[in-house]
Amino acid sequence: MAGGNSNRKKLLLMGRSGSGKSSMRSIIFSNYSAFDTRRLGATIDVEHSHVRFLGGMTINLWDCGGQDVFIDNYFSTQRDNIFRLAEVLIYVFDVEAWKKGDPKKDIDTYLNCLRHLKEYSPASKVFVLAHKLDLINSTDREETYNGIVNKLVELSAPYEMDISYFGTTIWDESLYKAWSNIVCELIPNMGVFQKQLKNFAEISDAKEIVLFEKTTFLVISHVALNGESEEELDPKRFEKISNIIKTYKQSCNKMRSQFSWLALHGANCSAYIDTLTTNTYIMVVMPRVDEEHTEEGQNALIMGNIRSARDWFEKVELMEV
Amino acid sequence: MSHGTFSNDSTVVASSENLDRPKILLMGLRRGGKSSICNVVFHNMQPLDTVFLESTSRPTSELIRSLVDFTVSEMPGQINVLDDNYDKARLFENVGSLVYVVDSQDEYLYTLSNLVDIIEAVYPEYPSINFEILIHKVDGLSDDFKGDTARDIRQRVTDDLLDLGLDGVKSFFHLTSIFNHSIFDAFSLIIQKLIPEVPTLRNMLDILCEHTGLEQAYLFDINSKLFVASDNTSSSGVGGASMEHFADFIDISVDLDNLYFESSSTSVTSSSETNADQNNNNTLLNGNKAAGPSALTTQSNSTSKKGLSPSHPRPLKCVSKLANGTTLYLYQMIRGLAIVALTRKEGPHRMALVDYNLEKFRLGLERVWPVA
Ligand SMILES: Nc1nc2c(ncn2[C@@H]2O[C@H](COP(=O)(O)OP(=O)(O)OP(=O)(O)O)[C@@H](O)[C@H]2O)c(=O)[nH]1
Ligand SMILES: Nc1nc2c(ncn2[C@@H]2O[C@H](COP(=O)(O)OP(=O)(O)O)[C@@H](O)[C@H]2O)c(=O)[nH]1
Ligand SMILES: [Mg+2]
Repeated sequence: MAGGNSNRKKLLLMGRSGSGKSSMRSIIFSNYSAFDTRRLGATIDVEHSHVRFLGGMTINLWDCGGQDVFIDNYFSTQRDNIFRLAEVLIYVFDVEAWKKGDPKKDIDTYLNCLRHLKEYSPASKVFVLAHKLDLINSTDREETYNGIVNKLVELSAPYEMDISYFGTTIWDESLYKAWSNIVCELIPNMGVFQKQLKNFAEISDAKEIVLFEKTTFLVISHVALNGESEEELDPKRFEKISNIIKTYKQSCNKMRSQFSWLALHGANCSAYIDTLTTNTYIMVVMPRVDEEHTEEGQNALIMGNIRSARDWFEKVELMEV
Repeated sequence: MSHGTFSNDSTVVASSENLDRPKILLMGLRRGGKSSICNVVFHNMQPLDTVFLESTSRPTSELIRSLVDFTVSEMPGQINVLDDNYDKARLFENVGSLVYVVDSQDEYLYTLSNLVDIIEAVYPEYPSINFEILIHKVDGLSDDFKGDTARDIRQRVTDDLLDLGLDGVKSFFHLTSIFNHSIFDAFSLIIQKLIPEVPTLRNMLDILCEHTGLEQAYLFDINSKLFVASDNTSSSGVGGASMEHFADFIDISVDLDNLYFESSSTSVTSSSETNADQNNNNTLLNGNKAAGPSALTTQSNSTSKKGLSPSHPRPLKCVSKLANGTTLYLYQMIRGLAIVALTRKEGPHRMALVDYNLEKFRLGLERVWPVA
């Protein structure tokens, strides 16, 4: 499967105009902050972006402008071009617009997408993002989200597609959770990554290990050594970490440099974040050393382990194992 | 400076209401940005959320705990403090700094005459007060215009004071905006003037840098991300990207620590709850749905709101390396402070040395400010 074309993954990003498609694309792939998205204008026709990803893979993102004129074209003259060879469709609903207005047209467009996808790329996977949740009063948020999802589950059932649902907003880490799931869908050898990380955790006696894609800082995989501690921790920590580090990376860029590594010794944990392979970062969470030991010893050990794991993970990434 | 002494004895501080604690008094016409500044600097509010703030109608006062405790009071613009009925003594006693906010995007002539009136009334009786004039909201001005405006304001105020024969006034001007780091830089400088130990701290930081091979070292207040002291060579370089980067570095350290702080599952949720509450307030204030970023926890620094747990068993430490060879260190000190230091030198033993010296520094601080 190492052929040229199979390494291009076509992702369709669709939804009505103003729903937030270009905003999320810019945040995840182009280092925009949420504030920066206010500058974006409506997308004209389709904007393509190509992002290098793990294992020589290229993500080919089709950001399809959502104004009626364009959408009409997607379903008529351009339909072959748009829907053929798609791996993933990400459909973005603006929850506020749904709640305030009549969502019928938006739903029709969505179902139309499903129908075309079913015809041209039947094996593709669909992600529905109920977006701009921040605009819904926090007490109604869950109910609104569930209402939308239930409705869509019901309406899309006849198409028998593989569909996942996420509630998102650019103003918190929920966006990272959704996109982490989307890109993980594209990585064929996830199981191997998982297994290698587990090994690494055992060798290093780590509490937790998280693997990130380098440019997006999306979480690709994580393992915890002993499951018990996991329950006490914040279940949203992975997407939060993506968000936290991404903000810090932007800060490093403002210093006209790039983030390289970080070692943190906190209340009862130490965390090490370092480059693993060309396309990944790793975070290793260790118990903090006791008073008699120095952090330096642990530093040396973990940084050493990361260094020796590099070659191996490089192979995993290129699917050579 | 004569701002009284600082009690190390917390019980004394707690029981005596208005005493020797230095006071920062915020004044200026309404809608100038006073409440916004307080909320952004001392409560980690997101700048955009300040549009939801209601106009303040009564004087407010709050206690800020840091290296030294101080109070920040806001005097609403519509109150005329020069009115004879107003108890000036009560208002200006203990004031270390009078921060006057000038909205640079607005017609400011009247504002400046109000400022000069205040100085004229206050200065003769309280000559030690620092008059800190914020030329505020400069984010809305083009670079050229910003310079012209600042010059114009400074010139007018200085001329007016001279005309009145007030030539000893301690007045300082700062260009600020809540939409960038400038407000933090300005407040750092304002607060430093109120801490009599700052020269000592600077010398301590100088020695630290010299013996540890550090290029810059700052003593930051973790919660507000103001710095209370810097080494003597860095002090000239206030502003610029690096101060903001240091603040971001504090954020990432505290945020990551909070995520893996074992009892944190409770503290994390509680923080997001407070956030949600605050946002509901916004919603209520406006009578409609919160727009924009107000409704959710926003970006990374939202989690830093709670800062570090006071029972943090061991000092929080963080080291980060940039691709250009810069290494940043953070080392938690006492009273919610941390040292943030920068070096560009490499050295295999450097880390242990930095650790050792920073620990010594912490013990030194503990000697000056014993833990209660
Ligand atoms: N409150 C809120 N606003 C958002 C969110 N996501 C995006 N926006 C705003 O929505 C506006 C429109 O976003 P775009 O990303 O340009 O919308 P689009 O889907 O690409 O629109 P077309 O290109 O016309 O199809 C921008 O001003 C964004 O800042 C969100 O989660 N919450
Ligand atoms: N552009 C800009 N607006 C600001 C700035 N600081 C405050 N504001 C806005 O000014 C308005 C009035 O602020 P407020 O704090 O209520 O003023 P106060 O009456 O002096 O307390 C609010 O809408 C703020 O969002 C700033 O630095 N730049
Ligand atoms: Mg767009």
